Amino acid sequence: MPPVLDVASLGINFGGLHALDDFSVQVGNREIVGLIGPNGAGKTTVFNLLTNVYRPSRGSVKLTGNNTLGKPTHEVTRHGIARTFQNIRLFRSLSVMDNVKIALHNSMNYSLLSACLRLPSYWKQEAAASATSLELLSVFDMEEMAGYPAGSLPYGAQRRLEIIRALATNPKVLLLDEPAAGMNPSETADLMRTIRDVRDKFDVAIILIEHDMSLVMGVCERILVLNYGLIIAQGAPDEIRNNPMVIEAYLGSQGD
Amino acid sequence: MTFVYLMIIGLQIGSIYALVALGYSMVYGIVKLVNFAHGDIIMVGAYCVWYLTSRMSVPAWLAVPAAIVLCSFLGVMIEKIAYKPLRKSDRLALLVTAIGISLFLQNAVQIIFSADPRMFANIFEGTIAIGDRQFSNATAVTIAASTLIMIGLSLLVKRTKIGKAMRTVSEDGEAAQLMGINVNNTISFTFALGSGLAAVGSVFYCCSYSQIQPTMGNMLGLKAFVAAVLGGIGSIPGAMIGGVLIGITESFTRGFISSQLTDAVVFGILIVVLLIRPSGIFGRNIGEKV
Amino acid sequence: MPGLLKRTPVRYALNAAVAAGFYLVIMSLIGGKVLNRYQALMLIPIGYNIILAVSLNLTAGFLGQLPLGHAGFMSVGGYAAALFSMSVSLPPNIELPAALVIGFTVAALFGVLIGLPALRLKGDYLAIITLGFGEIIRVIILNLKFTGGAYGLKGIGRQTTVTWVYISVLITLYVISALIKSRHGRAIISIREDEIAAEASGIPTTYYKVLAFTVSAGFAGVAGGLYAHYLSILDPSTFGFMRSVEILVIVVLGGLGSIFGSVISAAALTILPELLREFAEYRMVIYSLLLVTVMIFKPSGLCGRYEFSLGDSIDGLCAAIRARVLKRGGGGDASCS
Repeated sequence: MPPVLDVASLGINFGGLHALDDFSVQVGNREIVGLIGPNGAGKTTVFNLLTNVYRPSRGSVKLTGNNTLGKPTHEVTRHGIARTFQNIRLFRSLSVMDNVKIALHNSMNYSLLSACLRLPSYWKQEAAASATSLELLSVFDMEEMAGYPAGSLPYGAQRRLEIIRALATNPKVLLLDEPAAGMNPSETADLMRTIRDVRDKFDVAIILIEHDMSLVMGVCERILVLNYGLIIAQGAPDEIRNNPMVIEAYLGSQGD
Repeated sequence: MTFVYLMIIGLQIGSIYALVALGYSMVYGIVKLVNFAHGDIIMVGAYCVWYLTSRMSVPAWLAVPAAIVLCSFLGVMIEKIAYKPLRKSDRLALLVTAIGISLFLQNAVQIIFSADPRMFANIFEGTIAIGDRQFSNATAVTIAASTLIMIGLSLLVKRTKIGKAMRTVSEDGEAAQLMGINVNNTISFTFALGSGLAAVGSVFYCCSYSQIQPTMGNMLGLKAFVAAVLGGIGSIPGAMIGGVLIGITESFTRGFISSQLTDAVVFGILIVVLLIRPSGIFGRNIGEKV
Repeated sequence: MPGLLKRTPVRYALNAAVAAGFYLVIMSLIGGKVLNRYQALMLIPIGYNIILAVSLNLTAGFLGQLPLGHAGFMSVGGYAAALFSMSVSLPPNIELPAALVIGFTVAALFGVLIGLPALRLKGDYLAIITLGFGEIIRVIILNLKFTGGAYGLKGIGRQTTVTWVYISVLITLYVISALIKSRHGRAIISIREDEIAAEASGIPTTYYKVLAFTVSAGFAGVAGGLYAHYLSILDPSTFGFMRSVEILVIVVLGGLGSIFGSVISAAALTILPELLREFAEYRMVIYSLLLVTVMIFKPSGLCGRYEFSLGDSIDGLCAAIRARVLKRGGGGDASCS
């Protein structure tokens, strides 16, 4: 079976610095891949390159065989790569419902004219979008919060809403940037279940950046380790746990 | 010879723009505000000199420092009363407040001195001949004095303690506070300095245009602002170079193309600069971190 | 009847009835000489200022990008409409609306032309570049032959009536609020909230920025057309930077992102200088001080992002009355809560 996401030797320079070099990965359908590494290793840069927030200097990105490299971010999203952000980026003053409906933008197609004249296509599609949003919210037990401004939600709910919003774009690959940041151990355990649920219910592959090792080791089937913009190790959680290069990257070499 | 003539006139206007642009640039650098009231502070300075010299018969050497003091005080007061309460709120609210202050100054002066233009006697009498052209002494004084002021300002910002504080606050206000810099005082000083420079600029402006009215600050302010953007807003050498470039461009457009199109050319430059290099000649481009 | 007004067709009918009723009230006030000729004429500037403010609010309040060249679009629309109506002779009730459509189209076209390059910039830089474009438009009009140059365009038919202004205001309000409450409007608002997240949610942000800018420019053009056929003269010097600022002031004072606020604020700020006429010389000083005071004490504008909805208000009122009645009839134990 061909991989859903096929990334080959992706790289970018900032100034003279190789922020990321020769990054290659194949992600299969419904696979959960972890991306770890010390701060500044280039993890978020990978996400920014995959979604074309930064323009890669070299490499290729193929999503189910289609090239998405160099396409505008919104088109990449439409092709099926959705993401969350390390520092939550919700539409804070809008309602939870509207946050999800904005991500459903491309599932509707009524024109500007139908919007202004309130033609039947407007009513039908808006009603469908509202129903879909509520359905998505209910998967995460958030349908009661639909009317609240997103910025007023508690922290954990904001993280979940970001995942819901990403799922609303109907992705094939979901990129989660530190979803457990700022969560306590019990919330992290919940999140672990949620991530598996998402994979099962929505049939997506997931790439996960995370510092919380219990989450990464618990949920990921494969882990990539980045350091100084290069992949220094990859493999199953157990292999990574005992890899001396990984330990050195995190703790520094002994006798320093 | 026309070329040299236009060049010198351009330098004269450009020096004035540079002095005014410095005020915009320093204030923007430190509080990220396009201070729309800056042009009107120039106008207040001009009216102050005019009133003192022609109504009170105060000698010019006394009237000019008085105007500088008045404008500096006015600049600081505006910041304290109108801008400081809004430092943490939306930038747009700050911008509208600046516009409100600008309207207030224009109309207050209009009530006191009426909307009629007033004649302003050139305080630097006499002429100099360069080749076959006659220049007013004001031209020479403007260029020379502006150059000296700008050298002084560069030294002040680079060498003195308050100058270093200014640079630190414009780099990162919160960090500066943590380092023990008094941010409020630094901001007040910046407004005082910018407004003082505006007062000097107003005197030179009046000597070359000989007419003042309450709305004179609008166009002068806008063009100086264009100069600040051209040089890279927030950058002190940028404001100087930008001012001189705008002055020379204006003078050459007037001399070789058409005096009616000078404004279009100046704003055309603004648009081209913003599209090609929005950070201006000396500015730095800072992208958003994702 | 609880929730009767929740039904959309009922709400539309109600809004239409109120709009028609309000029009009849205005016309009978004019007809019955309750409003004198001068006061009746004030309704026209109130109307075009509402259109200007609401259209600017689309970019400044909903898109979250601040343009400072709205007067430029107003002038382009005004000149286009006036040049059209001066060159044809149609029945007045066809000529003016046709001219307004031309005004909308030409201004919207300029909106695209200016928006495409300008919207690559953000924040203060966008404000500055639109200011530059606005000034250039003014200088170009000043130097063209067919616009009458510095002398202005004279002899435009005085065709703007209270009725046409009222219709234009209604259309503007309807189109912009219908747009806002659709997927297209949500896309525009998402850019204000977080452009990067909007793009990542699949919103083509450049398209929607230019769209908002274009619609906004178009309605400014309609206002320009009404203005031209009201004053019968167009003078390029009245479309300078200060007019753009005046419109911005209306919008910010009313509340960025509140259409209701823009309407109220446009009406108030058009009438206020007239009410202050007795203090003629002090009125601009009072006006500017008021502006600064509001900004210091309520920086989000008088209405914030509040939107008035007739249906919701009546529903709310009914609910409040019902609660009162129930409380009074249904035992005293609820009286404390």
